[in-house]
Amino acid sequence: MINWDVIFSVSLESLVGATTIVYALAAIGLNVHFGYAGLLNFGQSAFLGVAAYGMAITVSTFDLPFWLGILVGLAATVVLALLLGIPTLRLRADYLAIVTIAAAEIVRLLFRSVSLSEWTGGSDGLQSFSQSFYDLNPYSGGISTTLISFSARELWIITVGWIVVALALFIVWLLMRSPWGRVIKAIREDEDAVRSLGKSVFAYKMQALILGGVLGSFGGYIFALSLAAIQPDTYGTEFTFYMYTIVILGGAARVLGPVVGSMIFWLLLTFINALLPALVSAGTIPTSIMTTNQAGAVGYILVGVGLILLLIFRPQGIFGDKKEVMLDAR
Amino acid sequence: MMVTAFLASMLFVLGTGVTSASAEGEGLQGTLINQNQPVAGVTIKVSGQDGQLIDQTKSGADGKWSVGVPKAGTYKVDLDVATLPQGVVLLNNRPSLNLQVFEGSVRTALFPLGAAATGNEKADDGSPGTLGRVLDLAYTGIHIGLMIALAALGLSLIFGTMGLTNFAHGELITFGAMMAFIFNVFVGLPVWVAGVIAVILGGAFGWIQDRFFWGWLRQRRTGLIGMMIISIGLALTLRYVSLYWFRGETRQYSEYVAQPGIDLGLIDVAPKNLVMDAIAIIVLVGVSASLVMTRLGKATRAVSTNPSLAAASGINVDAIIRLVWTIGGALAALSGVMLGVFQGINYQMGFQILLLVFAAVTLGGLGTAFGALLGSLVIGLATQLSTLWIPTELKNVGALAVLIIVILFRPQGILGRRERIG
Repeated sequence: MINWDVIFSVSLESLVGATTIVYALAAIGLNVHFGYAGLLNFGQSAFLGVAAYGMAITVSTFDLPFWLGILVGLAATVVLALLLGIPTLRLRADYLAIVTIAAAEIVRLLFRSVSLSEWTGGSDGLQSFSQSFYDLNPYSGGISTTLISFSARELWIITVGWIVVALALFIVWLLMRSPWGRVIKAIREDEDAVRSLGKSVFAYKMQALILGGVLGSFGGYIFALSLAAIQPDTYGTEFTFYMYTIVILGGAARVLGPVVGSMIFWLLLTFINALLPALVSAGTIPTSIMTTNQAGAVGYILVGVGLILLLIFRPQGIFGDKKEVMLDAR
Repeated sequence: MMVTAFLASMLFVLGTGVTSASAEGEGLQGTLINQNQPVAGVTIKVSGQDGQLIDQTKSGADGKWSVGVPKAGTYKVDLDVATLPQGVVLLNNRPSLNLQVFEGSVRTALFPLGAAATGNEKADDGSPGTLGRVLDLAYTGIHIGLMIALAALGLSLIFGTMGLTNFAHGELITFGAMMAFIFNVFVGLPVWVAGVIAVILGGAFGWIQDRFFWGWLRQRRTGLIGMMIISIGLALTLRYVSLYWFRGETRQYSEYVAQPGIDLGLIDVAPKNLVMDAIAIIVLVGVSASLVMTRLGKATRAVSTNPSLAAASGINVDAIIRLVWTIGGALAALSGVMLGVFQGINYQMGFQILLLVFAAVTLGGLGTAFGALLGSLVIGLATQLSTLWIPTELKNVGALAVLIIVILFRPQGILGRRERIG
């Protein structure tokens, strides 16, 4: 017997839920890197990671206030952008991709290493840093309708999350119609032309890298707070690959692209991830073809196939302009 | 609800086997691994805060252990060091851990194991060990370097001829290892026969990929960045198809699993590793020599240097790229078979080594075949020898850090041409 109510309500909840917000924020940052500035940053997961860990270590390990934790996380993000950008931003696009992906792996391996587990909690990560955030919760009860239900905690994180998303979108919209934004887009199209106009391409790229990283870092905070825990392996390369899928799905170099991309992506993925195990349990799909464990892999296979099909047949995504996304490295 | 669903999917990704215990309630679990091999028969005791023993267990054949606890709270986990196999020690010297178990969750306890240093030295005293240990690490470094080199040569040739940074190259490695597994374990052929079949199939897989996919994309004039992201999508697809079919665990071929080493004076080496090294060296020298000496090799290098000029001089660029994909697929499959014999087969093996392959290729200079060979040995040695100073679990950090530092000072790589790349 398939419980369609649960499957549909889970999918509907995912439209506005914390995961969608996290990926929307991460993708808004990545859109500044990849969509507007043409920087192939494959280490966006590291930006979310250092922000979340900066906050969690400050609050959980050192018992300092929550707001200080946010500041430490932001500082860590900026430092990471500088560390990543100084060696790589002068390089060709494919070098940047390889070095950023390597740096993201370094960050993840450091988070999970036993030698640093005194501070980072090793592969278990950290918990109990989110209390002060939930103490601010103005909602006394959750909402529950026939279709969707959220607890008071979920409502609070969703409210804060969407406010941050709106602010991030507003900042990106303002910046990208400013002279600064035009230079950034010009760098994506033709670096040498911008250089010949006397602009410091390196400085502009660095500013874009920092801006995108900081926007993404808020995704890291929401992620950590919504789960009330952080775990190093969630900040792996696949996290970044998902963000790319979302940016391309929504349309690169479009302000609203990442948000719409994230909503559609998680609506579909949550639906599939809820439907398949239910079909297996109900016996509609025989276990000789698929077990509930294997059903999890199908979601990822579909993400991969979706990404391939999008780039082949509609590289501009839903909103994008084809001329803006046909980048060529060589 | 949604968060739980998400958490569940995340745990799935990590492959951390939150097994049966999670269904029953709180518990503690772990996996004992020494140099990629499970350690069985080690006694683990779990006691409550009052010091009363709750349960004790032994790690299974796969190195896994788990103990259920009555409720959330803090528990003491003791590993009985005396039951560790000879030559294996606890690296951080902390056999007793106090861990908090949260409601409804199974907590993982970490006991990092490693080989005891020779001469009764502590393994983690932070200073370089004896000469024997250095040589041992250097040999393992060269062995890993050769496996990386096999994959890196193909990756580098593909980059050189068509400009694609192929993120799906790791899956070619996994493909080889898994094909050999099918013919070895399911069909029952000896490992070496299965390996030969896997290499042939790997070459065929490379050819098919280019014939029906990448070649078609080239004709459609898909941008290089677009193709790079497509290769990421392909990698995700292939990796999870492998997971779907192979499941999450690490499995071994039917032969050569734990071969005793032979004494070579200062180091002990398993004969299987020496044989594989010899094969790898012969193949690498063979491919390199044909790149330099044969007409096809010269044509390949011409396409690498300048595709348009090569096409203008009558070289069939598409045919050369297809040849390169075939050779690259076969080399990656061979690398996968070797890696499978060395550390077992799982669906993530190719992806896990891919970053090291990238590091090797970039280090040598993108698109230079000989640079890739040199870079691979540097990366192999860097990962292993760095464990003299840093913990083993961070060895890949050492190699990737070497990559970033070299890029900083010599962006074209060790053997790359000096050209403007920024």
